[in-house]
Amino acid sequence: MLEVIWTTVRLATVTTVLLILVSTPVAWMLARRRSWWKDVLGAVLSLPIVLPPTVLGFYLLLALAPQSPLMALLHPFGIRSLAFTFTGLVIGSMVYSLPFAITPIRNAFEAMGEGPMEAAATLRASPLDAFCSVAIPQARRGFASAAILVFAHTVGEFGVVLMIGGAIPGQTEVVSVRIYQLVESLKFNEAHLLAAGLLAFAFCVLTVIAVLDRTGKAP
Amino acid sequence: MTRGLEAQLSGQVGTLTLDVSLTLPPSGVTALTGPSGSGKSTLIRALAGLTRLKGQVRIGDETWQDEGVFEPTHRRAIGVVFQDAGLLSHLTVRGNLDFGLRRAPQPHTIRFDDVVDLMGLSGLIDRSTARLSGGERQRVAMARALLAQPRLLLMDEPLASLDPESKALILPYLQALHQSLSLPVLYVAHDREEIATLADRIAVMRAGRITSMEDHAGVPSLEGRSRAEIEALAQAALDAGLRPRVRS
Repeated sequence: MLEVIWTTVRLATVTTVLLILVSTPVAWMLARRRSWWKDVLGAVLSLPIVLPPTVLGFYLLLALAPQSPLMALLHPFGIRSLAFTFTGLVIGSMVYSLPFAITPIRNAFEAMGEGPMEAAATLRASPLDAFCSVAIPQARRGFASAAILVFAHTVGEFGVVLMIGGAIPGQTEVVSVRIYQLVESLKFNEAHLLAAGLLAFAFCVLTVIAVLDRTGKAP
Repeated sequence: MTRGLEAQLSGQVGTLTLDVSLTLPPSGVTALTGPSGSGKSTLIRALAGLTRLKGQVRIGDETWQDEGVFEPTHRRAIGVVFQDAGLLSHLTVRGNLDFGLRRAPQPHTIRFDDVVDLMGLSGLIDRSTARLSGGERQRVAMARALLAQPRLLLMDEPLASLDPESKALILPYLQALHQSLSLPVLYVAHDREEIATLADRIAVMRAGRITSMEDHAGVPSLEGRSRAEIEALAQAALDAGLRPRVRS
């Protein structure tokens, strides 16, 4: 059981770190640029919210399978397939949780307005310098919300990991899938233990977000 | 002789057509007044490089803007004081003051301790910017602008958001600033008292152009005039700015 929890925590941590790194420039671009394609891109990036996880998982499985054009690009690097691997699971989790990372960070950047960046520029900070020393610290609550949401969402995902992970013990088997398997084999006590753990985890996450939200609004 | 600021800027910003020719001496405060929407803030932004207009901007021997040249804001040695102070809310007072100072090239002729003393900030230095009054915020903004070691100081109605009491409290700081500075200062203001206390010269802006009170080129000097004369001129400048333009 510990192995399953470790795989889940590892997956959620790697996904959170990589997704925050990827989402930050995208959220910045969406928050700052005014263009018609911004709405289109925003809609595409929000698709994982409305798509059934099995649909997303199915297409990800096709994309990560050996015959896919995407994998053909990776053949020269000795990679034939990423389906049913931990790396594949990370990619799937990142796609699945993308809107949960981008939205809070984008909102935080938008709420900041132009003022702080302009003030930083008048104080001799280059755009990159101002982004690192002003925009990111000022949007820190957005980053905290994004990290918590992505971590929790990854821990709780089921459909996508089942489709592309294959529940290989020690590699791609995570808590949510294990609960499903335990229930299928009528091991309710063990299922209870893991389910109650996830319930407590979800409660803690929501409490932390509520506190963050309140401190963010305080004067 | 050292040159101050020389700027010719023109362009369309929203509904405003700006066409400005402005020369400032190497030191002294030039008050810029005029009705709302006449382009004062746009001019300040264009000089800072925050709004891009066509033309030239030169300060001393440096060219910030010309045909094929446009130095971005962070490469211009400017200090800007915004109407809302524009303090960086994630930093303390010290953090805000250090921000520009750390990025300004050495040697620093304007020193941290001197500016903190001048603007009376020593008691506030470790305070969060959220816990400052309106007047304190503006004093921090002015100190911060100075510590960026500017060659040109731009102040866009720094006292507009303050109540009369806070204004009266901050004016002596501005006067002290005025006396100790030797760089051109462009100061947007609407208040007669403020202009009379601080300005060496007054420029009036109407419909995107700088005009003097009598509509002749250049801006009138206030040097050697009595306080009563200066106040009268300040009032006349404000009236001129608010009057419909009859001559071009």
